[in-house]
Amino acid sequence: MNHDSYPDAYIREILDSCRVIAMVGASANTVRPSYFVLKYMLEKGYRVIPVNPGQAGKDILGQRVYASLSDIPEPIDMVDIFRASEAADGIVDEALALEPRPKVIWMQLSVRNDEAAAKAEAAGLKVVMNRCPKIEYGRLSGEIAWAGVNRRTVSSKRPVLSGGGFQRLGLGKGRTSN
Amino acid sequence: MSEDHVPGFNTLSIHAGAQPDPTTGARATPIYQTTSFVFEDVDHAASLFGLQAFGNIYTRIGNPTCAVLEERVAALEGGTAALAVASGHAAQLIVMHTLLQPGDEFIAGTQLYGGSINQFNHAFKKFDWHVAWADSTDVSSFEKAVTPKTKAIFIESVANPGGVVVDIEGIAQVARRAGVPLIVDNTLASPYLCRPFEHGADIVVHSATKFLGGHGNSIGGVIVDGGTFNWMREGRYPTLSEPCESYQGMVLGETFGNFAFAIACRVLGLRDLGAALSPFNAFLLVTGIETLSLRMDRHCANAVAVAEFLSSHPKVAWVSYSGLPGDRYHALQQKYCPKGGGAVFTFGVKGGYDAGVKVVSNVQLFSHLANIGDTRSLIIHPASTTHRQLSDQQKTSAGAGPDVIRVSIGIEDKEDIIADLDQALASA
Ligand SMILES: Cc1ncc(COP(=O)(O)O)c(C=O)c1O
Repeated sequence: MNHDSYPDAYIREILDSCRVIAMVGASANTVRPSYFVLKYMLEKGYRVIPVNPGQAGKDILGQRVYASLSDIPEPIDMVDIFRASEAADGIVDEALALEPRPKVIWMQLSVRNDEAAAKAEAAGLKVVMNRCPKIEYGRLSGEIAWAGVNRRTVSSKRPVLSGGGFQRLGLGKGRTSN
Repeated sequence: MSEDHVPGFNTLSIHAGAQPDPTTGARATPIYQTTSFVFEDVDHAASLFGLQAFGNIYTRIGNPTCAVLEERVAALEGGTAALAVASGHAAQLIVMHTLLQPGDEFIAGTQLYGGSINQFNHAFKKFDWHVAWADSTDVSSFEKAVTPKTKAIFIESVANPGGVVVDIEGIAQVARRAGVPLIVDNTLASPYLCRPFEHGADIVVHSATKFLGGHGNSIGGVIVDGGTFNWMREGRYPTLSEPCESYQGMVLGETFGNFAFAIACRVLGLRDLGAALSPFNAFLLVTGIETLSLRMDRHCANAVAVAEFLSSHPKVAWVSYSGLPGDRYHALQQKYCPKGGGAVFTFGVKGGYDAGVKVVSNVQLFSHLANIGDTRSLIIHPASTTHRQLSDQQKTSAGAGPDVIRVSIGIEDKEDIIADLDQALASA
């Protein structure tokens, strides 16, 4: 995968197929970017499990926080890394040791570690780096257009309302977010 | 069409930002003429106010019709995001309000719309923001004007009124070395003729009133974020890099990635200064943009024909149009605006101030008014109107001396435009 520019279909497939996200570096501070993403992805119908040793045993947005990936008692589809780029290597090792293995390693905006990515890809995982799942979801569903953001795509198809609401758009394509 | 195919300029002019309406399927962009939007529930409202969810709250901060204009202009300029506001001047105010603190300085090229010179010299002084002037035709004058307090550089790509084409890349390098963003007012060129981000600009502003809307029916402005500037480095832009008190300590520059500047302009500048665009105007501007390239091609072709006619007219002392081979700015026009030099240029009438006044009084097809970028041909004598409040020296350095006439060539038949000028000059 060319990690400088991802095809929309690649990102869409990941957001479409993953249901359970472990968010490493999730913050309980309500104005931190990680809290925003956690809240947004929960609203979009994903199960998001915060990982943060400092908050282990507490809840963030009603979700139990775990100290490490290996403590999570259920299978996860995607690991979202909200940590410094150097930390990604160890997190990928932990993720690869999980049984069953997650399908996707996602590194947040400004997080990029090409060695960790290569390792995960060699093990058959998909990798996204230096991107935010909230922004990508917002872009592909069309919601982010309300903020004047250039989605770099055009379409003559009607956006898909999601969740029975009127200010929430979904990914369409078979996605069952609620 | 696959999602990753990059659409061309004409396709983006028509489609960017505008999908069929999600609830009704309406294909043209609906005019969401409403002040406010109901929340789905209390949580949803809290998420919207906390900037945690995307959505609409109140039209002063955002509106789906205005959003189509925003995304469309962002796409045409190649920026990451945009913000539509009430006017070109509001765009400039909000950009500077986001960048500057009291006591800060910015550098601006003197070859600017007269209203911008006023705004910078007088209105901005009340905010304790200080403009240092440089010569847009001399890159080294920008270098010399840089001080430790400099926070931004502002130029017009094609300057009003003289049609001067500015060396954007040269000035962008000065901005780079000074560690400040380059703001380019791209009003006269429009993104069809010039794309400042490709030459090193960080922020583009527009008076959408002009060529974007193109029909002389709506005042509006747009701010486009190039997504290129690192606001977090060195803490020189605290609006973006410091915790924001009115959002519970959120750091906007860290939360909104490469479109943080556009978001800051919206959630602070527009929210607090209040210069919102009406959805109806946004609709007219969006509709205008659909034909931008067609209009600009005709504007430019007509302008060349009119400039050539004037060049050989016995009552005309000089013509300043970068689209004419031999013009002082022709080489820069070929580099930055290869599709054409735009529709706005100046010429000098023999007989000075009085002759200038006569020409604008005698026209029959041209409209004598203070605007540019209309389908109609427009004419003005800047010294007696738009630039009247400037000193003689400022007038001359802004390209608005006593004999100067500014025209904005419309998209009528060029023979009719030329005939009207011919008869107006004959009686001058
Ligand atoms: C180059 C340029 N910038 C800015 C403006 C100000 O725009 P508005 O009149 O939309 O406030 C104008 C208006 O004449 C202009 O020509």
